[in-house]
Amino acid sequence: MTARVKIDDLCAWFGDQQVLYDISTSIKDRAVTAIIGPSGCGKSTFIRCLNRMHETIPNAHRTGQVLIDNADIYDHTVDPVTIRQRIGMVFQKPNPFPRMSIYDNVVAGFRLNGTARRVNLDQIVEESLRQAALWEQVKDRLKEPGASLSGGQQQRLCIARALAIKPEVLLMDEPCSALDPAATHRIEDLIHKLKKNYAIVVVTHNMQQAARISGDTGFFLDGTLVEFGRTKGIFTNPKDKRTEDYITGRFG
Amino acid sequence: MTEDSRAVEISNVANVTMHGGAHAWRRRRESVIYALLVLLSLIPILTTFGIIYVLFSQAFAFFMEVPIMEFLMGTKWSPLLIPRSFGVLPLLVGTLLVTVAGMFIAVPVGLGSAIFLSEYASPRARRWLKPLIEILAGIPTVVYGYLALLFITPIIRSIFPQANAFNALSAAIAVGIMIVPMIASLSEDALAAVPSSLREAAYALGANKYEVITKVVVPTASSGIAASFVLGISRAIGETMIVTLAAGATPNLTLNPLESIQTVTAFIVQISLGETPWGSLAYKTIFATGALLFVLTMLMNLLAVRITKSKGRF
Repeated sequence: MTARVKIDDLCAWFGDQQVLYDISTSIKDRAVTAIIGPSGCGKSTFIRCLNRMHETIPNAHRTGQVLIDNADIYDHTVDPVTIRQRIGMVFQKPNPFPRMSIYDNVVAGFRLNGTARRVNLDQIVEESLRQAALWEQVKDRLKEPGASLSGGQQQRLCIARALAIKPEVLLMDEPCSALDPAATHRIEDLIHKLKKNYAIVVVTHNMQQAARISGDTGFFLDGTLVEFGRTKGIFTNPKDKRTEDYITGRFG
Repeated sequence: MTEDSRAVEISNVANVTMHGGAHAWRRRRESVIYALLVLLSLIPILTTFGIIYVLFSQAFAFFMEVPIMEFLMGTKWSPLLIPRSFGVLPLLVGTLLVTVAGMFIAVPVGLGSAIFLSEYASPRARRWLKPLIEILAGIPTVVYGYLALLFITPIIRSIFPQANAFNALSAAIAVGIMIVPMIASLSEDALAAVPSSLREAAYALGANKYEVITKVVVPTASSGIAASFVLGISRAIGETMIVTLAAGATPNLTLNPLESIQTVTAFIVQISLGETPWGSLAYKTIFATGALLFVLTMLMNLLAVRITKSKGRF
């Protein structure tokens, strides 16, 4: 499998406070990479650096490179807007737009940047909702507000919204932490299907989840990437003592 | 029973009585405070009902003499000079002219500053600017009135020489400026209440800042923003001092803002200060026009409450 995203010496700050230290690793295409670690270890900041969301926070900045297909997304000629269209993101709490219908939520990416007239919206809505395994449940009520769905359905709507703009990489920041076990199970199934077409990075608190869904796992602690490798290896035979302590539940 | 144990028992009894006494006293104090608070909260409610009663009973007396349709549809207002005429439309149109023209200033400036404060200003700048804008709201309206008369009117007359020395436009500009802080502050609250998760969602879909603001943040806050507009309108309708000073005292059915007009409120001031005999028909016009104002502003405030309640879930 080929590397899709390469991260080189990535450091990140909020104001004067450094939160990531010299992260270097690579993300494989058509596979799931899990990012685990205790709260505040920098895992969310790490994935937010991969689609330039980190810099939307006032006073936040970073150094180092993030390469997609060998091109640096932080090159000064690159518009962050195009990067975010290529690298989709799903957030911890489902956040459909409350004033938009289910239909409009799915195509929000096109509506927001004024490209809705250039594409076949109906087709995109059906395709994206099918990919997110939500089509059958909502096809007869596409005009209803997105907020009328259950939490798990809202999260799948957000996944459909991210997929609609045809990203190459999908970042998921604890996508199941606000969901019940049944909804979590459905999202995990979905991630399993989506990895056939996308490079997926999932931040999770839940180590069983990381073990279930991912091929590679990275363990973060205090802003450093302690260990990165095949998920099976990390969970059965961790090389670093701190990784072992974390996955055996000794802290965090 | 030994001497010692009896002493213990006596002291126990004493303890219990003392305890019970303190408890009863505390309970009595609670009920006194409770009654006092109920009484205090009744004062504004009773006052409101008293005002409504006086307003509408006197207005009713007025409408016994002047048919209500003549009042609402008549186009000439001349309650003192014979032949008398009680058509309220000139006053009503005067009020609406000042209100609408004022909103043309207050809405863009107020909403613009709200968007700047909430979306563009640094947290530091916001900490300084928002209280500053709210201080503007505390300027007495008589100051705005003189500002209109002595500063805005000369500018208007240098641009439009045909403008009257007292004109609706000057008052409307001052009313608009007066309402800006209210709209800015309330709209900013509404914008700031939009969860940052929605801004993040929009950014992550490849929207730029302008698109995030116009297509996500403002629409999501639209009910709060609309409520601030309606409250601004309500405030403009009831504004008295500015229009009394700057808009003139000529009941004039016109839509030309350069002419001298009279608003409902300015009429009430004029007739309250004059030598109108108590109980006369002219005296009762105060209550008829006052009731009209009351109904108008109440409708606006009810509308604002309705709009805010219909707020979408975030």
